[in-house]
Amino acid sequence: MSEDKRTAPQTRGPMGPMRGPMRGPSPGQGHGPMSMMKGEKARDFRGTMAKLLDYLGAYRLGILLVMVFAIASTVFTIIGPKILGQATTKLFEGVLALISGTGSGIDFSYIGRIILITIGLYLTSAIFSFIQGWIMSGISIDITYRFRKDISQKINRMPFKYFDNTSQGEVLSRITNDVDTVNQTLNQSLSQIITSVVSVVGVLVMMLTISWKMTLVALTIIPLSMGIVILIVRQSQKYFAQQQEYLGHINGHVEEMFGGHLVMKAFNGEAESVAKFNGLNDTLYSSAWKSQFLSGLMMPVMRFVGNLGYVGISILGGYLAIQKVITVGDIQAFIQYVNSFTQPITQIANISNILQQTAAAAERVFEFLEEEEEIPEVEEPVIPDEIKGHVEFKNVRFGYDAEQMVIKDFSADVLPGQKIALVGPTGAGKTTMVKLLMRFYDVNEGAILVDGKNIKDYRREDLRCMFGMVLQDTWLYNDTIMENIRYGRPGASDDEVIQAAKAAHVDHFVRTLPESYGMVLNEEASNISQGQKQLMTIARAIVLDPNMLILDEATSSVDTRTELLIQNAMDNLMQNRTSFIIAHRLSTIRNADWILVMNEGDIVEQGKHDDLLKKGGFYADLYNSQFDVVGAE
Amino acid sequence: MRRLLKYLKPYTLLIILSVTLLFVQANADLALPDYLSRIVNNGIQQNGVENSLAVAVRQSEYDKLILFVPQEDLELVQGSYRLITPEDQEALNYLDEFPILKEEAIYLLQDLDQAQQDQLNLVLGKAFVTVSGIQQIVDDPSRAAMLGQGFGFDLSRIPAGMDIFQALGALPADTRAAISARMEETFASLGENMINQMAVGAVKTEYEALGMDAGKIQRDYILRIGGTMLLISLLGGAATIATGYLASRTAAGAARDIRADVFKKVESFSSAEFNKFSTASLITRSTNDVTQVQTVIFMFMRMVLFAPIIGVGGVIRAIDKSASMWWLIALAVLILLGLIIIVFFVAVPKFKLMQQLIDRLNLVTRENLSGMMVIRAFNKQDEELVRFDQANRDLTETGLFVARVMVTMMPLMMLIMNGLSLAIIWVGAHQVAESTMQVGDMMAFMQYAMQIVFAFLMMSMMFIFLPRAAVSGDRIADVLETEVEIRDPQDPKSFPATFRGQIEFNDVSFRYPDAEDDVIQNVSFTAQPGQTTAFIGSTGCGKSTVINLIPRFYDISEGSITLDGIDIRDVKQSDLRDKIGYVPQKGTLFSGTIQSNLLYADPDAAPEVLQEAAEIAQAVEFISAREEGFEADISQGGTNVSGGQKQRLAIARAIVKKPPIYIFDDSFSALDFKTDSALRRELKKKTGDSTVLIVTQRVATVKNADQIIVLDQGRVVGQGTHQELMKTCQTYQEIASSQLSKEELA
Repeated sequence: MSEDKRTAPQTRGPMGPMRGPMRGPSPGQGHGPMSMMKGEKARDFRGTMAKLLDYLGAYRLGILLVMVFAIASTVFTIIGPKILGQATTKLFEGVLALISGTGSGIDFSYIGRIILITIGLYLTSAIFSFIQGWIMSGISIDITYRFRKDISQKINRMPFKYFDNTSQGEVLSRITNDVDTVNQTLNQSLSQIITSVVSVVGVLVMMLTISWKMTLVALTIIPLSMGIVILIVRQSQKYFAQQQEYLGHINGHVEEMFGGHLVMKAFNGEAESVAKFNGLNDTLYSSAWKSQFLSGLMMPVMRFVGNLGYVGISILGGYLAIQKVITVGDIQAFIQYVNSFTQPITQIANISNILQQTAAAAERVFEFLEEEEEIPEVEEPVIPDEIKGHVEFKNVRFGYDAEQMVIKDFSADVLPGQKIALVGPTGAGKTTMVKLLMRFYDVNEGAILVDGKNIKDYRREDLRCMFGMVLQDTWLYNDTIMENIRYGRPGASDDEVIQAAKAAHVDHFVRTLPESYGMVLNEEASNISQGQKQLMTIARAIVLDPNMLILDEATSSVDTRTELLIQNAMDNLMQNRTSFIIAHRLSTIRNADWILVMNEGDIVEQGKHDDLLKKGGFYADLYNSQFDVVGAE
Repeated sequence: MRRLLKYLKPYTLLIILSVTLLFVQANADLALPDYLSRIVNNGIQQNGVENSLAVAVRQSEYDKLILFVPQEDLELVQGSYRLITPEDQEALNYLDEFPILKEEAIYLLQDLDQAQQDQLNLVLGKAFVTVSGIQQIVDDPSRAAMLGQGFGFDLSRIPAGMDIFQALGALPADTRAAISARMEETFASLGENMINQMAVGAVKTEYEALGMDAGKIQRDYILRIGGTMLLISLLGGAATIATGYLASRTAAGAARDIRADVFKKVESFSSAEFNKFSTASLITRSTNDVTQVQTVIFMFMRMVLFAPIIGVGGVIRAIDKSASMWWLIALAVLILLGLIIIVFFVAVPKFKLMQQLIDRLNLVTRENLSGMMVIRAFNKQDEELVRFDQANRDLTETGLFVARVMVTMMPLMMLIMNGLSLAIIWVGAHQVAESTMQVGDMMAFMQYAMQIVFAFLMMSMMFIFLPRAAVSGDRIADVLETEVEIRDPQDPKSFPATFRGQIEFNDVSFRYPDAEDDVIQNVSFTAQPGQTTAFIGSTGCGKSTVINLIPRFYDISEGSITLDGIDIRDVKQSDLRDKIGYVPQKGTLFSGTIQSNLLYADPDAAPEVLQEAAEIAQAVEFISAREEGFEADISQGGTNVSGGQKQRLAIARAIVKKPPIYIFDDSFSALDFKTDSALRRELKKKTGDSTVLIVTQRVATVKNADQIIVLDQGRVVGQGTHQELMKTCQTYQEIASSQLSKEELA
């Protein structure tokens, strides 16, 4: 506790960004420490807090130590001013004696002793505070680490169904923002609750030992400042919410107009867009300045109230000192106490807010951790030995949600080594079948058998091992091209990787890249086209050398000339392997052994290309439409 | 930031006003400790008596004092006091305040100006001290020897019973002057401060003799000072609030102006400028960056300007209180700055590293989520966990380091501040003992010291904070200072009233700014009204670029493009675009309803027109499947409709416009073949006389076009009908054969 806490809050503003380096720039920043802007609440505060405490259980000893040191540190700081006041008093008395000519002047040995004691107090307090912070930061960072780890493990155990309804951004936000909020607020609230309460009680006690009358004056400040705080917060929250809302509108308009820039230009919408923006901008301005003004008001108003207390204490203290009820040092100490009184009180007022934030963030994290997981593996799984590749679908029914069946009654018998094409319009359920086969989802009714065994009886890992997959949505990760192609079979040699790349006709392209196979792909891999990426994923499947193959629009982004070129490699890859091919481009599937034509979740036709064409049914219709020519009627 | 300064210009007055108010605020803040020190020094220590300017003196006492006033100051003293005798008429007025007036005449202090007051204070102070010293000897002769030394002669030699002042008065003037001279030496060693304090004691005694209420004097004094303090803090508070008001209006106002300008500028950008910045970056620049600038302006006006004012003000006042203790403050500031610099150099790189590690963690998580299917298909969950754990561990370690740097710094800073207070007390105590300072001044000094230290802290924090914000300012300025390349001509021509829509490319080449190679090279063709011209070629061949040149999204580098014989660069962009129905590749829609999107092309279009357009675009089926029909909501970016539906709505939008020229930029790609062909059939019927340009990858789509232009690496490699090209153009043959079977190629 320093000499003048009145000015202390000023510096905490700019230090804010340093304390929260995890966050990006947010509109809330710079509103000062006392802006209680987030009104977010947890649905089940108690339940979440209980879980959080449970999570904290492992750190019981550490937290106990933190508490002890926090209390000790606060107590030591609180005693400081009172003892130091004695030095001032002694000095004052010495001066008085000097003036009146009585006594021997200032007792420097006494003052020196007091100062030494105070130094000791402050030093101890600083050391304790340091130890407390050291332990606490360790705990909270460890909790953060554990939270993140738990979430990442959880992701792997969750069914795909969850991610159908949850955006990536949401999960990401839990793993970074929410965990971070828990960390920060936990850190803050845990040590603040302790120090604030101890401070308030301690300061109160110390003030009472000096003078109950002055304490009374000091205490009248509290309801005053509390009232003002609540008043301002209520007002500023209103405008803050408004500001956020209008900011949202502006951002929406900006995103939309910049995103559709060409269309806006093409339809001469510039003036209209700017006019709309200016309207939004003006509305934002009127709430923005009010919000900023009001949230910035808190500090000066609190300072003013603090100053009122300061004046009150000065007057009453002076008066009492004349009466010889208190000493000059007492006034000095008292002023320090009053100054250090308002801060913990605002903190305590804020703590419920902080706890609410903690709970809200923690709740989201726990919610995620408690989400339903994948159906557990069977207890005695089938161990596949020699995989023939016989796949059988028996009256499969499936829907992403129970009401809406995507696959209604799908039956097919695929013999080992067959090349099966799944054909049908968008939304027919082709990709869904693949997902069921890989057990990304479980069928609602019916069964899928591989080599005569229900796929549910295999371990997921063993089942998935049998298949090599190439998807339309290429996924490559942040590593070298070499490692990306090797992904399926870590044991593959560099040479095998290069052979695979050659087969997929991507070797030449890779060699034109800055570091060839050593080039690290970044997230967007912006200098590599979608087509090239698809070729790499094909190379990845070639390296894997799986028992069965699934190609889901594997060459959709490869231009048709290149596709012809890699057809050979694909044919080789599919030789004697049970393969499932999904393609929009019907030219890709002309030479499949068997074509399953799907529409609205059912097989509507099946057979060989030529037979199906002759039949003149759904397939023929679909096939011919691509050559349908305008004005041909 | 400097490049945005002009946006503060309209607010110059507000800023000047707020700086003035900051001065008021700073002075108010700095005045308070001074008043506290007065309460301690004058109110408590001196019982409310400020100095030796006694408001009244008994006549008897006055006569004694006069003895010790040097000749040259005599006139000043005599002029300052006025005699009132009990017999005087006006004596009644003063009886309450000075009860002694009943018995004895008193001298009353007259109104004086500041210079006279200061001079008189010193003169009277010495006189009071001398007189009271002599009085003490008289009262207690045993102390005569001790005190007498100061007077230069042995007072004990004065005969008993004789009034010492009478005796002194009887001395010749030059003897008294000699005594006074000796006294001066003593006074010089005491210092003004001590003289004043000692004189105040004498004045107090005199007040008692006058019968004045000593308690009341003290109480009145404290209340008076306290009242002043209250007023000052009110003033300070008002100034602070006013500054806050001005600052928030300035910040929000400047932000509004900047935001409006940035938006307007970006809206005027052509595709070239847009690509230079990228859409995402432009969005950030016109939203977040502006908010950042707003925060900075606010903080700047509230704190950055305030810190030096209060810092300098604090230094001035502190030195005024004690000129010799400034080194304590300087030392503390130096140590603190040292600490901050160390932390800055230790922690700031870690902060940067931390941001990278967070990005890394986000990247791994995003990859885990987006690649979930592949990861599980390849059974790589465990490896991914290890990868995540590594990122998590790295972040945790750095985070802990940073947190612990802070944990170390905070108590250290507190310790330095507390240490400073203690040092001030220790050094100050010695100064008090030497009478160069009073206790209250020391207490005030302590508070000034803290204010100065905080001002320095604030400023150093700003040095860390401002550069980060400056980046935002620069990013905004970059946008504002970008010259738009595509502008309307000085004297725009206009299209003929009967516009046909014949498009002619004459040897057109185009390259992106700063690019090494042309994207398209020497392209020439003519697209006739009522005909369909199709462009085909593999990815990256430049076919989209060609048609994007027509609405002047880019300006060509060489050659010319004419519409009905008029160069498109000679007409106003809006006139040009009025003629064109453009359908983008991605089917961009705006938030609103289906109807509002269709009306975007023509706000006055009748409902039948919309209905017809929807029918042609094969969109009726899914529009009517929606409960609200044309009123159905379209969310931002059209995320609530499928890709195919978006494309059909975008096509309908262009049809609503009924333009003489249609441009379809690969606009059928998300449609299945059936819908694609139905749509084109209907379109052909309705577009009749219009010029239609289609970019596509599908041979089937172009097969019946009147003219097909085959592009390869930016050059035209074939031009003609399907049949012609199948015979003459190898590239076209390759494309066609990859898509169609032999029978269909025939």
